[in-house]
Amino acid sequence: MSDAPTIRVEGVSKRYGETFAVREVDLDLAPGECVAMVGHNGAGKSSLIKLMLGLTTPTAGSVRVLGGDPASAAASHIRQQVGFLPESVAFHPSMTGRETLDFYARLKRVPRDGNDALFERVGLEPAAVKRRVGTYSKGMRQRLALAQALLGGPKVLFLDEPTTGLDPALRQSFYEIVRDLRDAGTTVLLCSHALTELEGQADRVVVMNRGRKVADGSLATLRGLAQLPVRIRLTLPSGEVVETACANDDKVATLRQIACEGPEIADIEVVQPSLDEMYAHFLRREAAE
Amino acid sequence: MNTLLTIAAKEVRDGLRNRWVVATTLLMAALALTLSFLGAAPTGTVGVGRVEVTIVSLSSLTIFLLPLIALLLSFDAVVGEIDRGTMTLLLSYPVARWQVLIGKFLGHAAIIAFATVLGYGAAGVALAMGGTEIGPESWRAFAAMIGSSVLLGAAFTAMGYLASTLVRDRGTAAGIAVAIWLVLVLLYDMALLGLLVADGGKTVNAGLLNGLLLANPADAFRLFNLTGFKNVSQFAGTAGLAAQVQVSASVLLAVLAGWVAAPLALAAVLFSKRQI
Repeated sequence: MSDAPTIRVEGVSKRYGETFAVREVDLDLAPGECVAMVGHNGAGKSSLIKLMLGLTTPTAGSVRVLGGDPASAAASHIRQQVGFLPESVAFHPSMTGRETLDFYARLKRVPRDGNDALFERVGLEPAAVKRRVGTYSKGMRQRLALAQALLGGPKVLFLDEPTTGLDPALRQSFYEIVRDLRDAGTTVLLCSHALTELEGQADRVVVMNRGRKVADGSLATLRGLAQLPVRIRLTLPSGEVVETACANDDKVATLRQIACEGPEIADIEVVQPSLDEMYAHFLRREAAE
Repeated sequence: MNTLLTIAAKEVRDGLRNRWVVATTLLMAALALTLSFLGAAPTGTVGVGRVEVTIVSLSSLTIFLLPLIALLLSFDAVVGEIDRGTMTLLLSYPVARWQVLIGKFLGHAAIIAFATVLGYGAAGVALAMGGTEIGPESWRAFAAMIGSSVLLGAAFTAMGYLASTLVRDRGTAAGIAVAIWLVLVLLYDMALLGLLVADGGKTVNAGLLNGLLLANPADAFRLFNLTGFKNVSQFAGTAGLAAQVQVSASVLLAVLAGWVAAPLALAAVLFSKRQI
């Protein structure tokens, strides 16, 4: 994408007391880009999103969203074009689903007649819409949360752990919606622990650790960078399991060799490096630097 | 303006749903009716007494009860929403922080106003139907009592908001709210009385005493109601005091309004700098 970045984070640090939540992070997000931010708890993902939302102000550096400072007094028009799905979303339990969405639509100054279409889009049944949010299941709350994030067709969408607690079917429809938005030119920033699930969804992956950005690139690039071995697990007819490992580039050759020259096998399993392994790798690399 | 109303309306609806409005209104009405029926009991009769007696009793009720209700309603307003995580989402919307604070305050103040007007109004209706002669002057005093009660409730709501923005923990906010009530409603007058007795009139003159009374919204409210109307002060036993007090009713109301505006303004400033 050649367009100017919708989000530009430059040299941003955020300190709470003595501890740094975010440290010297640079990040550019372009329109129509879906970026996944991964990292363990406390890696600074949510802190970074809060900075981009203007809920907090950086200790050092600058954050620009859609060309303006999101924490300034004039940020109202920026927030109008931003959607946010917070981690562990909370609604007022005594309000119904419809009242909740109406409330947020009013605050965003968006006409409320589009709300029915939104409910349908996120798959919230008309019967459920009339019920109080306090009675909702986790999945329904998450659908409602997505509906409010989509209000007004945002240009920037922040999704903080959007799929935790969702069943696989819901997850799929969730990513479908995200894909549609991205294709329509929305910048999507997605935070998650589940890297496997992000495969094919995210154009780029940003790895965070202890407030620092430790890696940034497509999933394949990161795998290449990490150069972690691929494990091949063979089950012999006797039930015995044998495991071997090889470099990612030698994977095909090794498999061919096993198939042609190896012993008779009952099952074969190829295990790609998981997020934990890749994460541990980037962590080690950072510690070594 | 629209944003303020949206947030205030949400707060009122919350109050209706969690039965705060109903409970408060019923409590106020029950106590007000009890007081207006039993107000004359010390004179040996049970029945609707004179309206002035009711005004005196209701003012005392207001001083103890309304600040408590107001603080209970408001101490959680900001810190609770931050705690539950609803504030993060709310502030990601195109709303200014002062709009969130003032909007919520308006909602809570409306709940207090509703409960007070309806609860005390019930006592007024009972008095009117009781058949006793009530002059226009007395009705004015009664209306002024209701109006200033709402103002007092708003003042303590504002202080509750200040406590709620000041701290990061709900428990601490609750503690501060209780402390505010204890100090301003109970301890302040006792300390003042102790000071007057100990001093024996040597250094504390009328001017200083007036100043000290104005420094507490509960006392400003008391002065306004018990000394502002001649027919009331006769029954309150404050006629002598009323002759001494040089503070006019409008000044007392302005002081009460100041007790609404100042804590709220301070809370808005603190909240705008808060890192959520």
